[in-house]
Amino acid sequence: MGFATFWFIAIAVLWTGFFVLEGFDLGVGMLHAFVSRDEAGRRASINTIGPLWDGNEVWLIVAAAGMFAAFPAWYATMFSGLYPAMVLLLAGLIMRGVSFEFRGKMDSVRWRAAWDVLLTVGSLLVPLLIGIALADLLGGLPIAANQEYTGSFGDLFSGYSVFTGVTIVLLCLLHGSTFLALKTTDELRANARRIARVVGPVTTLAVIAWVAWTHSVGSEGVFLNIPELVTALGVVGAAGMLAAGRDGWAFASTTLAMGSAVVSVFVELYPRLMVSSTNPAFDITVHNGASGTYSLQVMTIIAAVFLPIVILYQAWTYHVFRARVSADQYRSGPDTGPVEPPEPLPAS
Amino acid sequence: MSQLDLARLQFAMTSIYHFLFVPVTIGVSGLTAVLQTAWYRTKREEYLRLTRFFGTLMVISIAVGVVTGLVQEFQFGMDWSHYSRTVGNVFGGPLALEGLAAFFLESTFLGLWLFGWDKLSPRLHLATVYAVVIGGALSAAFIMSANSWMQHPVGYQTNAAGQPQLNDFWALFTNPVFLRGYLHVLLAGVVTGSVVMLAVSAWQLRKGQEPEVFRISASLALLVLVPSLLLAMLVGSELGVTEGKYQPMKIAGAEAQWTTCQPCSFSMFQIGGGNKDQTPTKIIAIPHLLSLLATNHWNGKVLGLNPVNAQYNQQFGPGYYVPNIFIQYWSMRVMAYLATVVLAIGVWGIWLLYRRKLGHAKLFQRVAVWAAVLPFLMNTAGWLLTENGRQPWIVQGLMLTSNGLSPSVSTAQVATSIIVFLLLYAGLAIVAAVVMAKYARKQLAPARAHSDHPIPAVSY
Repeated sequence: MGFATFWFIAIAVLWTGFFVLEGFDLGVGMLHAFVSRDEAGRRASINTIGPLWDGNEVWLIVAAAGMFAAFPAWYATMFSGLYPAMVLLLAGLIMRGVSFEFRGKMDSVRWRAAWDVLLTVGSLLVPLLIGIALADLLGGLPIAANQEYTGSFGDLFSGYSVFTGVTIVLLCLLHGSTFLALKTTDELRANARRIARVVGPVTTLAVIAWVAWTHSVGSEGVFLNIPELVTALGVVGAAGMLAAGRDGWAFASTTLAMGSAVVSVFVELYPRLMVSSTNPAFDITVHNGASGTYSLQVMTIIAAVFLPIVILYQAWTYHVFRARVSADQYRSGPDTGPVEPPEPLPAS
Repeated sequence: MSQLDLARLQFAMTSIYHFLFVPVTIGVSGLTAVLQTAWYRTKREEYLRLTRFFGTLMVISIAVGVVTGLVQEFQFGMDWSHYSRTVGNVFGGPLALEGLAAFFLESTFLGLWLFGWDKLSPRLHLATVYAVVIGGALSAAFIMSANSWMQHPVGYQTNAAGQPQLNDFWALFTNPVFLRGYLHVLLAGVVTGSVVMLAVSAWQLRKGQEPEVFRISASLALLVLVPSLLLAMLVGSELGVTEGKYQPMKIAGAEAQWTTCQPCSFSMFQIGGGNKDQTPTKIIAIPHLLSLLATNHWNGKVLGLNPVNAQYNQQFGPGYYVPNIFIQYWSMRVMAYLATVVLAIGVWGIWLLYRRKLGHAKLFQRVAVWAAVLPFLMNTAGWLLTENGRQPWIVQGLMLTSNGLSPSVSTAQVATSIIVFLLLYAGLAIVAAVVMAKYARKQLAPARAHSDHPIPAVSY
């Protein structure tokens, strides 16, 4: 296995890590206003991901930077070709990222309601657009011999890419509602489970259709490959476990389904990085899109040293914040209660 | 405007915005760590209250810094795809390293710091704030190593296709421009953080709110400010000499020096002398000062813009290699003159501190509040000086900015995205300013009589 292939796998791992981890916090972002009507419940559901989302999002940053360093042609063609989608994606990421920070900073119902909307919309835009972008890699875009994108904005939205975006959004909803059921108590937990049971079957149908579609776009043969099978089984298992009321197993299943869905795309893609719909000879591949050998060697050492350390301390973070979050924590009493310092006295 | 103008405008706009928040993060996180250490050691309630108070400012600043940093990372591929394609194997490495080694650390441990008050032991919790500080400082180091490569490319060889290929990764971190530039940026962050802390404390002192607590933070800010500013000036002038060696245009441009001189005087203020007229009316000129600043020698020779341009024409082919002189001349002066003003305020504060009058000096407190804007102007001017001075090169001597653009992107697309970001950033600026001002003016959380109560998360 060459360094270029190693880096292809590393980037697939980074994207998978991003969707598995940020997937549930995107889901919680979309759902936080729907699992509870009152502020205490919304706040509790946001706080299930409060300590985690920022670290999760870095997987996206590192995936993009890894593409830049290991496959400059991939990064350059994809990010410039998908220009308008990238602008929207950044807008979504910005709205979402700051809404966590700002929503609790003013004691006003309208202020919080506005940030709730931005958090919901941002959390929807991000998986939708990244889903479309990943599907475009496999589904093919007009790319010329010089590796430059020659299409227009409309070319980014094929039936397959849009359906992938929607499927990823559904998976995030399922992943997020299952996570909420696992991390909250009482009424909040009951609501999260109710949502998960509704989302479960819809997502299952969508994912199975998507797996078949992905297979037909990517492969010659009839039989599904292993990650595709695992995706289908994972999502069926998740729906089943939710029906049986096994939250922990359900979350393990959604994790599996989400992870293997992303892996499926990369398995179908290899050894290509971007498929050219103009001419298969213009495909960007791990061979014609990679950095120099020296760069790849250095990058491999860096990844081999740092990625395990990152996984260790992120796992520890999840362990530290393993306790369930209760809406009651944000409801009563000065000692268990308001997280905010008191309002200032009027200036004299 | 052409696609080139718009893409440059977009890059300038988004980097300046991003760099309003980065120095605050660097400085305030360091100072917050100092306060928390003081609390850990002495268990005095004042330190805890100050830690949480300034920690909130740190968190807001990191949040905005993170989302605007994403725009920077994506922009290389979006607007400058030919640049990315050509130099990605050199330039991408530090960026990937930033994510893996620095950004994961900063973001993950920020979550632990925010929400871990009652879940981690005090010692472990103290360690998380240091992880955030180290993550932020490392992040700046990797970005600066990438940027310094654009100023002075090292550690590469050119392949058959004429593209630079990395052949010595370590060279990126021993690059003389990096070593001085990084230290300068780090110190600028500490200066910014301490001025912000001083301004907030001065506001509170003026209002007479908890003077015994905010005198502590004002004193800490002053004691950090003066030495770090002096060091930043020293390192900055060393950086100027280094850049003068590798980027003579940058330094000659900062003085609008069109002809070669020896010895060279420094003009405090001048009219004209831009790219068109080339004949400045120097208002006050200080003999030998430019020689000293640019070369470290009393009688040093500074190459003029016209001779360097002639030399570049021979070396790289016909073209105009002179940057915008108006921006170059004035950004240098704004940075240097404002630094002197901040230094004067700092020394004044130290004198008051020594005389034990800090709590009552109304005039000083008023000035210190308004001083909060100065480091932001200085930081912006500093970046304009260094990035404008590199033009028309995107990588000095290797690649022209005009050759770095994305061929597949239209002018209309860039224009639309500028409008989107302008609206988003303006909204964000207003919200961040309102929230930060609200928190800066907020009274401290009340002291807790009993330490056995859990300490809640700072925000959300």
